[in-house]
Amino acid sequence: MNTTNIELPAWIEVVVIPILNIIMALFFAGLIMLAIGVNPVEAVGIMLNGAFGYQEGLGYTLYYTTNFIFTGLAVAVAFHANLFNIGGEGQAYIGGLGVGLVFLALDSVLPPILLIPIGIAAAALFGAAWAFIPGWLQAYRGSHVVITTIMFNFIASALMVYLLVNVLIKPGQMSPESRYFAEAAWLPRMHEFFGLFGVSITKTPLNMSFVLALICCVLVWIYIWRTRWGYDLRTAGFSESAAVYAGIKPKRVVVSAMCISGALAGMVAVNEIMGVHHRLIMNFPAGYGFTGIAVALMGRNHPVGIIMASLLFGVLYQGGAELAFEIPKITREMVVAVQGLIILFSGALALMLRPWVVRLYLLVRPVREVSA
Amino acid sequence: MLDTLSTIYATLDATLRVSTPLILCAMAGLFSERSGIVDISLEGKMLSAAFAAGSVAAVTGSAWLGLLVAILVSIVLGLVHGFACITHRGNQVVSGLAINILASGLTVVLGIAWFKQGGQTPSLESSARFMPMELPLASTLSDVPIIGRFYAEVISGHSVLVYIALLSVLLTWWVVYRTRFGLRLRAVGENPLAVDTAGLSVSGLRYAAVAICGGLCGIAGAYLAISQNASFVREMTAGQGYIALAALIFGKWRPLPALLACLMFGFLDAVAIRLQGVELPYIGEVPVQLIQALPYVLTVVLLAGFIGRAIAPRAIGTPFVKER
Repeated sequence: MNTTNIELPAWIEVVVIPILNIIMALFFAGLIMLAIGVNPVEAVGIMLNGAFGYQEGLGYTLYYTTNFIFTGLAVAVAFHANLFNIGGEGQAYIGGLGVGLVFLALDSVLPPILLIPIGIAAAALFGAAWAFIPGWLQAYRGSHVVITTIMFNFIASALMVYLLVNVLIKPGQMSPESRYFAEAAWLPRMHEFFGLFGVSITKTPLNMSFVLALICCVLVWIYIWRTRWGYDLRTAGFSESAAVYAGIKPKRVVVSAMCISGALAGMVAVNEIMGVHHRLIMNFPAGYGFTGIAVALMGRNHPVGIIMASLLFGVLYQGGAELAFEIPKITREMVVAVQGLIILFSGALALMLRPWVVRLYLLVRPVREVSA
Repeated sequence: MLDTLSTIYATLDATLRVSTPLILCAMAGLFSERSGIVDISLEGKMLSAAFAAGSVAAVTGSAWLGLLVAILVSIVLGLVHGFACITHRGNQVVSGLAINILASGLTVVLGIAWFKQGGQTPSLESSARFMPMELPLASTLSDVPIIGRFYAEVISGHSVLVYIALLSVLLTWWVVYRTRFGLRLRAVGENPLAVDTAGLSVSGLRYAAVAICGGLCGIAGAYLAISQNASFVREMTAGQGYIALAALIFGKWRPLPALLACLMFGFLDAVAIRLQGVELPYIGEVPVQLIQALPYVLTVVLLAGFIGRAIAPRAIGTPFVKER
């Protein structure tokens, strides 16, 4: 039976099938745990407790969530234009370069009220610039954005190693990282912010960029579904020829979508460099760019879905760290494996279970709908 | 003069060694992509195969068994990719990425759980590895100037897998251009509907292609873990799967140009190691990172159409829908 043309109610398509996919992924993750002799149920308990059970855990969870919201939104915006931006990793890295250059030059001159907006703008601008080139090449030279962004990740990595080892390194220091920025350039941590109102919470890396991430979610939602640019984006992504007939210029859409995507990925640097490390360090994107792909796939490219998927990955990261601490057999890489499974089942095999769901739905569907 | 010559030979020798996994993976990718299946999971398959080879060779002490299991593991991953892309018409890039990420996590998780050496597999005795072998007449010919020395110092003295890699290029060329299967393979990557109309199975051909692709990546992974090195190390592929993909594109999806691209990228790598900290006349010290990034930069420039044109198989990346 060919089930692809049978329509399902929205709640099944948007809620039931994605959840079934995640369950499949977690089932295989459980099998891996069994294979290395760990009780999956106990492991889930430790993870949940590590992620939510106490204030510090929760802070770390939301700190990771922030990164995933940025990179998830980045991938989603490109997806709406039918572009696959695998370059979030490189764009985040170069975004960090932007922050680093601006702060190393200006942090002793300007007050925080100017420094912080400039830092955020630099992160977004540099990320956008790094995505602009693959976007432009796809639009005007016909090279595929998937391949070019993969190449640009490696080029970014080589460039940053060169700059950190030879140019930006703090003189007289062995490890390749820049000097610390002046405190004026540090993005306030959440515990400092709450402290202003007399509320005391535990000190964690969670900082104000979490709020920025939520603002970005709203802005992306408005952009995609409530502006004419978003309409152009979705139209060009859906059908290039239809877009041309509607007077939309698909090439411009490709370039602008990649720039916005890159800017969002670059914001990872706001959290990591401005909020946490306070200096430019090697390899700070640490795979967040790739996780963004899983987040966007799970969140069905919608900001609300992305927030939920980001939170799930935040739990996996923080809970995974806790797990590695509690059970020596498990390492943090378990989270990477789970991430691979989620991308497989929520992305590539997203429609694997659909025929079964359709059959089940046809069985239990009310009779009057059958006659209609 | 003599010194320069031995430096050149040593660099070429290293080129061949570092190019081997690239060559195998590029040929692997060629089968998959020529059949219309994008494969960015060369990296993940090679990494998993390297882990399998390292583990099996460490446990059994047999290099050949290690190679066999590496090939099997990599074929299974190729079939997973096929299952997602062919049977379920999933996004091929997403599927490839999933395999890469899964491999990157799982190899470390299993490695630590099984061997407790921080993700590394136990060091292998030379009996459990593919060791360099001397080709016939190498020592006799080494006194012959230029050519004899070239044969003895560059061509001879590699492990059997290096020669298998070189043979795989000829074999790939022969299969793709001179056999019925190859003709069908190319057809299915250009126009699957025509192949379907001729009564052939598009899925069958594509599954065969991803399986061959897996097998070749398996050999590449085994080479890394039990020939070039004496154990599996976490993330030991270090992006070479992507470089191979770049070489495949650089070679415009054809075996011999892809081989040349692999050798060129391998040569860059070998030179980069040699130039580390060396002051060149007039130029000064060349940043190693620049040379390392060069394969990627060149591929981007090529794809942008600034040096020739790389045209992909026409049906690449699009799932085939038989029934309407």
